[in-house]
This record gives sequence, C-alpha cells and structure tokens, in this order.
Amino acid sequence: MPDQFLFAMEVILNGLMAGVLYALVALGFVLIYKASGIFNYAQGVMALFAALTLVGIMEGQVPFSHLINAIFGTEIHHFGWHVPALLAIAMTMVVMVGLAWAVQKFIFRHLVNQEPILLFMATIGLAFVMEGIGDIMWGAEIKKLDIGLPQGINDWIDVTTFEAFGYGFFIDNLDISATIVAIILVGALIAFSQYTKQGRALRAVADDHQAALSVGISLNFIWILVWSIAGFVALVAGIMWGAKSGVQFSLSLIALKALPVLMLGGFTSIPGAIVGGLIIGVGEKLFEFLIGPMVGGATENWFAYVLALIFLVFRPQGLFGEKIIERV
Amino acid sequence: MFYRESGDFSTTYPEDSQTFPIRFDRYRYYVVLAVAFLVIPFIINDYWANAVFVPFLIYAIAAIGLNILTGYCGQVSLGTGAFMAVGAYSCYKLMTAFPEISIVIHVILSGGITAAVVTLFGLPSLRIKGFYLAVATLAAQFFLVWLFNKVGWFYNYSASGQISAPERSVFGIIVTGPNTEAWAKYLICLVFVTLCAIIARNLTRGSMGRRWMAIRDMDIAAEIIGVNPMGAKLTAFMVSGFFVGIAGALFFSVYLGAAEVGESFGIDKSFLVLFMIIIGGLGSIFGSFAGAAFMVLLPVFLKNVFVGGLGWPTDLAAHLQFIVSGGLIIMFLIMEPHGLAQLWRLAKEKLRLWPFPH
Repeated sequence: MPDQFLFAMEVILNGLMAGVLYALVALGFVLIYKASGIFNYAQGVMALFAALTLVGIMEGQVPFSHLINAIFGTEIHHFGWHVPALLAIAMTMVVMVGLAWAVQKFIFRHLVNQEPILLFMATIGLAFVMEGIGDIMWGAEIKKLDIGLPQGINDWIDVTTFEAFGYGFFIDNLDISATIVAIILVGALIAFSQYTKQGRALRAVADDHQAALSVGISLNFIWILVWSIAGFVALVAGIMWGAKSGVQFSLSLIALKALPVLMLGGFTSIPGAIVGGLIIGVGEKLFEFLIGPMVGGATENWFAYVLALIFLVFRPQGLFGEKIIERV
Repeated sequence: MFYRESGDFSTTYPEDSQTFPIRFDRYRYYVVLAVAFLVIPFIINDYWANAVFVPFLIYAIAAIGLNILTGYCGQVSLGTGAFMAVGAYSCYKLMTAFPEISIVIHVILSGGITAAVVTLFGLPSLRIKGFYLAVATLAAQFFLVWLFNKVGWFYNYSASGQISAPERSVFGIIVTGPNTEAWAKYLICLVFVTLCAIIARNLTRGSMGRRWMAIRDMDIAAEIIGVNPMGAKLTAFMVSGFFVGIAGALFFSVYLGAAEVGESFGIDKSFLVLFMIIIGGLGSIFGSFAGAAFMVLLPVFLKNVFVGGLGWPTDLAAHLQFIVSGGLIIMFLIMEPHGLAQLWRLAKEKLRLWPFPH
C-alpha cells in the first residue's frame, strides 16, 4: 500500500481516539441539558476541577494551602501521605457530588424558569468561580496525573501492522484505555437510565418537567443527581485528558471543543455526542494532515468550530437532535 | 426633592422626544460631559489614564457594541475579542499603508471593516438561534485569532509576530506611540466614546432599535408583524461590529501600543465584555458604561486590597479575581438580571419621591 494512504489511516485512527475523548466531555453536556435545559458551559472546567482535586488528594496536598499561608504566614503544603488511586477517585467523587449539591442549592434553584440564555450565562460565571477555586485550592502549576494507566506506544499494534503493511502504526496505549473506559461509561449510563428507578425518573424529567413533578418525582433530587453524574463524567474525562497532557488550565479549553461536537450531534442525543465526537476528532486530524501544511498548521484550534458552523447552517438541529419546532 | 418632572413642560415635539426629557437628568448629563472634557484632562496622570480611564472608555465602546447585539437584538456573541482584533489589525494595516491620512479616519475605517467582517459571521444567525449561535461565534473567535497569527501580511511580516502602533498625531498632538501624553490618550478616547454613545443611544430609541428589540423579545412574532428578521439581525451585527471595531482599533493603537493577537484579543476578552454588559445591564447604554467601569475598577480594587492592603501574592489575588467576578455574574443574574442600570432606574424612582415617600 502507498505510504501516504497508511499515514492517513494512522491519522484517522488517532483521530478516532481523540474523538472519544471529546465525546466523553460532550456526554456531560448532553446529560445536564436533557434533564434541566441548562447548557452547561462549565463542563470543561468541571473536568479540570475534578482532575485537580484528584491529583491534589493523591499527592496529599493541603487544600487552600496558598491562601492559608498568605493569611497566617505558615509554610504548609503537603500532609505527607499518598492516597491510592482508587480511594482518591472515590474521594474526588464525593467532592463532585458536594459540588453538584452546592450548584443546585446556591445557583440554579434561584434561576428556575429563567430564559435559557440567562442560565447559560450563569454557567459561564460558574466556570469562572470553579476555575478560581480550583487554582486557589490546589495551586495553578501544571501537574502530572498518573493513576497507573498504561502509557506510550502500543507495541503489539506497532509490530502487527509493521508485519502486515511494512509500516508500524503509532497508537498510544492511553488512547486505547480511554476508548475502553468510554465504552464502559456509555454502557453504564445507558443501563442506568434504562433499568434503575432513578434513571427512569431522570428520563421522565428530561421528557417533561411538569408531568414528572405531577407523578411525584422530586425535581430537586433529580437535578442534584444529574449534576453529580455530569461531575462523574467530568472526572473520567479529566483523568483521561490529565493523563494525556497534564492537568493544567488548557484542559478547560480542550473541553470547549465539546461544544462543536454537540452542535454537530445535536444537544439532546447521547449517540449524537459520540458520533459528533468521532467526526470532529477524525475531521480535525485529517484536515491538519492534508490541508494544514498548506496554510501554516495549527488548524485544530478552529476547524471543529467552523465545521460545526457550516454544518448547522444546513441542519440547525444537528445530526440527531430533535426537530426544532417554533411557535409563537 | 430636586429630581422630579413637575414644572417641566415640553411645548414642542423635539423637546418632548429628546434623550433626557427630565431637566435634572439633562443638567446632570451636561455636568458629566463638562467634567469629563474640561476638568479631568488637566488633572489626569499616567497611572490613572492607563489603569482606569483609557481602558474604561475603550471597553465602554466595546460594551455598547456588544450590548446592541446581545442586549438589544438578543444575539449572544462570544467572538467580541476576535472582532476587536479585526479592528486592531485593520487599523494597523491602514496606519502603516497610508501614514499621511489622519488616524481618526483610520479608526473609523477600521470600524467599517470590522462591521463587514462581523456581518459575514452574523449570516448564520438567520438559521441558528440561541446558544447554538453563541457557539457558532466561537468559530469566529478561534478562526480569526488563528488567521492573524498565521498570515504574515496582517502583521507586516514582523519578526515577533506583534503589531506596534507608529506615532501619529491629531491637530499636532501626538495620540499614538510611546511619546503620547496621558491627557491626549484620554481625550481622543473620550471623543470617540461620546460620539459612539450618542449614535448608539439614538439608534436604539429609533425605529431600528425597536426592530432589534422586537426580534430579541420573540423573533417569530416580530416577523409576523412585519419586521424583516434578516435586515434587523444583520444591521445589529453591522452596527455592533462597527463599535467593537472602533474599540479594538483604539485599544491597540492608543492603549496598548503593541499587541499580539492571542494574548490581547483571546477568548478572555470576549467574556470580559460579555460580563460587562451582564453586570451593567442588558439593553441599556448607561449599563454599558456602568459595567465597563465596574469590570475595569474591580481588578484595580482587588489588587489594592489583597496585594497592597493585605500583602498577599499577586497570583492569589488574580485567582480571587476570577472567583469574585464569576460570583458577581451569578449574583447579578439571580438578584438583578437587568444589572446596574436597573439599580440606577430604581434609585431614580426612589429619588422622585424622596423625601416624602407617601
């Protein structure tokens, strides 16, 4: 086979893996949007916050140590212990549930029945608050996140493809585990929403708030639940992105890419989020590979948005979204 | 006691439809203008000009621009930073290509160029609505920043990739470049702000503004009663782009002097201006000023309190600033979705009755 074609194949495969990560972040958006009509801009920052918290707990950092040091003139920074990864993940999850409760209690309870665009702006404010809190709690420097996932080139694929085509594919082990985790996560979410009582209640709320209220479902509880699940998805996404490129501020910007993914897939559809993620992942890698060198590279910054924009002009509800019906 | 309309009779139509129909408001407006033009230029120094007044005035123009689009016409834009960059880069290209023409004309022309670009990016708004559109404007933000970074023609192939403003003068007074006096910077911005505010105020209370507001409140209903949605939306994008472009041109040439697109016109800038109009008040020209003043003064204030007052490190103060501004956004959205402008309106209502509320 010609070399160019093999390169392109490798690019596509890597794009698919990157797309899985976009889809992970996008899932969190879809969950919250379906259940409460809130377009949660803070989802990316939630992933950053979750990853920061996880690293902080694992390293045994003292939360708010900078602030405490500044106020009391002390010199504390670490407790001096290391928490095993699984326990740390569980503790982070507790923090994310607490966050979900706080967000519901202090922000969105007071904004019920407001216009969607106001809610959207409130989540932008929330994103700023969480970014600041994350930085103050755990410090703003770039951190390494290592919870024991395999990293580096996958030798088996490299060798097999080399024997088959005479060219070894470079696929990162981390991307493969991310894909597996994402598949498990989506399976778990689908099982949760189909077979458990809370999951059914969640779907009922997503369908019709008032009807759900009238059959005795507590909206407040469901909203906390859905923010917690979104927090969990954010944690998974944060772990994957964090292991890949370090826990740092740019994580929340990568997560912004989930927005074009959503626009492509439709805001209300979980399969849409996944397919959209894959399309964006492959599309931007291919575009960078084919067209990028001609226009100076770094097209990944904007390609996803422009693709989504062009796509939306022809199909405003996205690939799998519900048809938008307008009434006066 | 002194703020009331009794005894204030209008005898002609122009008098009845003027911007400030209440006599006290009108005098207050003249006093503010007089202080701004005749007092502040004589007492301003470099610190006050660079830290407070010049950024305030420039952001006020940008906020007016975004307020026309978002507050009056209901189209949320997250691309303000990049649109300011369009203004800045077109101003730079014009300044270096036609050095003999006055900078004032360059700034206005860059407003026009930005208006054209913004209208182009506004075209999808005819199909896409709400936050779909907000995300679509992100495309403009990232694409334009990338474009100005990658295409050498825009920054005249300078080695650093930066653009820097050459020295230009108006009526013999230097207004750009490193040798500019504080009062000259202040005054040129003030002239532009005043003109922009007057134009914006009169556009928004005229038939064009009414069309925008009809589209904002319910676009289908507006279409049914005969508002052309394409015309209304695109004019909003155009007018907004004009103001934002002027703000960008002034921001680069007068305030910064040298700029690098990713740093000076990144997505942070888009959010900053958006926060200004939310805190100041959506759909209010006064709100644009109030919000700009608030968001410019907030970091100065926090820095003075935390770093100057308590002696905390600057990075901590910067993070606290994130929390405070984000928290204020949420607080305003919950307690007063119409922002500072609404508080001002309420204060005026109270003042009319004061000191005899019954």
